[in-house]
Amino acid sequence: MYDAPILGDAVNQKTTKISARDVQVYYGDTHAIKDVNVDIDAKTVTAFIGPSGCGKSTFLRCINRMNDTIDVCRVVGDIKIDNEDIYDKRVDPVQLRAKVGMVFQKPNPFPKSIYDNIAYGPRIHGLANSKADLDVIVEKSLRRGAIWDEVKDRLDAPGTGLSGGQQQRLCIARAVATEPEVLLMDEPCSALDPIATAQVEELIDELRNQFSVVIVTHSMQQAARVSQKTAFFHLGNLVEYGDTSQIFTNPQDERTQNYITGRIG
Amino acid sequence: MSAGLVILAVVAVATVGFFVGRAKSLSTAGGDIRQLHSLPSYYGQATFLFAAVPALLVTFAWLILQPMFVESQISGMIVSGDIAEGSSRTLVMADVRRIANGLDVAVTAGKLSETGIEKLNTASTDVRALLAEVGVAVASDVQQNILAAAKEFRILTSTLRVAMAVVALALSVLGLVFALTRIKPEYRARNVSEQAVKALLILSSLVAILTTVGIIASLVFETLHFFQLYPAKDFFFNLTWNPQFTGGSDLGFIPLLWGTLYVSFVALVFAVPIGLFVAVYLSEYATNRVRSIVKPAVEILAGIPTIVYGLFALITVGPLLRDYFAQPLGLGQSSSSVLTAGIVMGIMLIPFVSSLSDDVINAVPQAMRDGSYGLGATQSETVKQVIIPAALPGIVGAILLAASRAIGETMIVVMGAGAAAKLSLNPLEAMTTITVKIVSQLTGDTEFASPETLVAFALGLSLFVLTLGLNVLALYIVRKYREQYE
Repeated sequence: MYDAPILGDAVNQKTTKISARDVQVYYGDTHAIKDVNVDIDAKTVTAFIGPSGCGKSTFLRCINRMNDTIDVCRVVGDIKIDNEDIYDKRVDPVQLRAKVGMVFQKPNPFPKSIYDNIAYGPRIHGLANSKADLDVIVEKSLRRGAIWDEVKDRLDAPGTGLSGGQQQRLCIARAVATEPEVLLMDEPCSALDPIATAQVEELIDELRNQFSVVIVTHSMQQAARVSQKTAFFHLGNLVEYGDTSQIFTNPQDERTQNYITGRIG
Repeated sequence: MSAGLVILAVVAVATVGFFVGRAKSLSTAGGDIRQLHSLPSYYGQATFLFAAVPALLVTFAWLILQPMFVESQISGMIVSGDIAEGSSRTLVMADVRRIANGLDVAVTAGKLSETGIEKLNTASTDVRALLAEVGVAVASDVQQNILAAAKEFRILTSTLRVAMAVVALALSVLGLVFALTRIKPEYRARNVSEQAVKALLILSSLVAILTTVGIIASLVFETLHFFQLYPAKDFFFNLTWNPQFTGGSDLGFIPLLWGTLYVSFVALVFAVPIGLFVAVYLSEYATNRVRSIVKPAVEILAGIPTIVYGLFALITVGPLLRDYFAQPLGLGQSSSSVLTAGIVMGIMLIPFVSSLSDDVINAVPQAMRDGSYGLGATQSETVKQVIIPAALPGIVGAILLAASRAIGETMIVVMGAGAAAKLSLNPLEAMTTITVKIVSQLTGDTEFASPETLVAFALGLSLFVLTLGLNVLALYIVRKYREQYE
């Protein structure tokens, strides 16, 4: 049912949310990302595809400065969100990460209750004035994460006790609870079975109404199913970027052609 | 032939067996190793084992059983008339062994010949003087009957020794031949070798377990002995500790238990927060360079002998606390105090807490940190709300291990807290612990059958139960933690 790209409601307004200019990333002496220029649209799902080690996850982690936590990693170039340079000295990476949420490859719920997992971000950022406020945020986030019905009766149960797919949806709900503007997803379905994957993909499509979603994926079918824009990375270069339909039906670059037809990668 | 030589000979035979077995396995396979079930050296090992193990086992058993057998034979020769007033059969037997040994020495020194011993007679020779000449002192003049027993003892012992050598060597050779007849290409020599390795490993763990059982058994036995001399009710519930070597002591263990727990508590109050902060700094904040310097530096503390910590307590910390806290506040006059020992012991425990907690914190998956940072948490929020809760069971385990170390500490307490058994809440007063009292009850000239001495075993057993309980608790918690992440 998801095989065809969702083109019907293609993006009309072309507001640029994130713009990257000449981004270089180095891990020690390794040049991991080379001259990446990309404009990511608001309220759009953008997919990053490419073979393993091509730098798509590294670039994703640049957008919320998660690479700062790695000692040897160095980022050069401009990345702007809403025309503000996020690598400016005045920007607090902690505040930035509240605005740019992230979902990881492996579900990583905290060893706390389901409620506390969701309430973690809002508590840190003071989003709730009272317990009642917090209850509302938790319920809303769990509903957005499409997991409310499954866990509403056991909010006190540990988050680690859920199934893999439920854990990942919990992590998505946890990320949206802080009301981010951008949601970064690093291969969110690679540890999930097909049914859980379908649930998460459906969720991603709904999240597009409120957030700009950037998703890294290894599955080209998934990129085709959930995204409106696709960027193809190869050996640290951004090879091609355009509408998903165009990338998959009429790639301009030979490497993209080879990758999507399965000849490289 | 001495036991050492017998063992060497058996090993030599077995070594020959190794090479013969290896060669034979190759020749049965016509020189083609692939025809064999196992590599040729495994056939050699199997032969070695068959030649060595049964022979060595018999030798060891023989060495243990022979003295018992000889004793029972000889003790029949001693009639009750030979046992002097106030002496006992075991003392006389010790004399017999000593004389027999002395005769051996005399023969080696050339003072006596074998035939000379045959003719030796208490009526014609002063055996005591003769033995004294070769450096063997005998308590009293040697009686004819006892001399006869000693001669018999010598003969029996040397005969049995020879028998042992013969039996061991025969067994070794038999084992060798048996193993060689079994060597065929399809013989599973590798599995035999595997079994031998397994047996060796089981034996090693048995040694550790049996030692523990032995220690507990001796403690329990002596404690029961103590409770026959001193009522258990008084030991557990009497509130005074006042041993008198003239009798009529008060041996209540409550003041000692209180001192132990109080000093350990103070030590943990110092060690746990500091150790934990060190661990958090090292694992979360420090760069690799800083970590590679600070971690070994902290662990140096663990390598300092406790007597040196004791000196530090006695010379530096104690007077300091007395002059600046106890006297100005009017809380005490003594430089020995619970606080002194507690602080110094706390310093000693910092590396225990920090090192173990550091390992536990490092074991918290990176995904937890990523998740927290990805939500816009700062480092300390992440530590406080995600990492510490996730690592808590392991940290509790570390703390309990440190606690059992604190409870067992002796030297720092002797030098820092003094030796007065008191029940008091004032941390600036001298108190003492179970370990210190065990030492003081057992050192010096004491009679081993009095309750004042035997109480040390009851104290030891209490201490053992206390620390064992803590260790079991710590292990249980640590194990539960491991299940969560692996």
